[in-house]
Amino acid sequence: MGTSARVAIQTADFDVAQETALLHAADGRVGAVCTFLGTVRQRSGADTISSMELEHYPGMTEQAIEAMIDQAMARFDIFAARVVHRVGLLQPTDQIVWVGVSSAHRGQSFQACEFLMDYLKTQAPFWKKEQTPQGAHWVDARASDDAALARWGIQARNA
Amino acid sequence: MNITLRYFASIREALGTGSQTWQTQANTVAALRDELMAQGGAYPEALARGKAIRVAVNQVMVEESAALTDGAEVAFFPPVTGG
Repeated sequence: MGTSARVAIQTADFDVAQETALLHAADGRVGAVCTFLGTVRQRSGADTISSMELEHYPGMTEQAIEAMIDQAMARFDIFAARVVHRVGLLQPTDQIVWVGVSSAHRGQSFQACEFLMDYLKTQAPFWKKEQTPQGAHWVDARASDDAALARWGIQARNA
Repeated sequence: MNITLRYFASIREALGTGSQTWQTQANTVAALRDELMAQGGAYPEALARGKAIRVAVNQVMVEESAALTDGAEVAFFPPVTGG
């Protein structure tokens, strides 16, 4: 599956400490690293999740995230950004997604990290299917995620 | 012209296939969607108007007014839910 210095789409789990270190260990300019980790919730509304299947569009997913990182690099004063996203079968409490950004001071990496997640939620081709005791269903997109991206001045309708 | 169609998630399941090659008379994505629905079977329901469906041409999200070119890869999928 697609892997570059900035984007990794993989079935395997990832090591947060190792990913974080890669963002700053070799760069003395870095004074701040901001990261986000998304995990599989056990409950979705009234349902108990037994497992979650993540589908993606190989090629397009990587390309879309690369484009988001280009936008983040242009918008914020950051040194590097990386996105790791798992696909395939996941269990409650599993790690799904990790975003890390480095900058000289914290403000820019905090903002860029949130920008990347808001963007990814509505513009990267991934789909979640939840397995529950009542059966399987595809997760619905949320209008609140579109609203989150709109805060950055980007009007893109997904939900 | 000849194009490649890709389907994902609930649309892939409804149509029972993830990809197909297709010879089209359509010049735009909207016309292609109409053409596919006119086939009958599972298509009219899976690609129904009023359903939230997103489209990518050559792996870039587009509006339905987007033009088609020979050899294009056109993907239909529901709103994305990653992250």
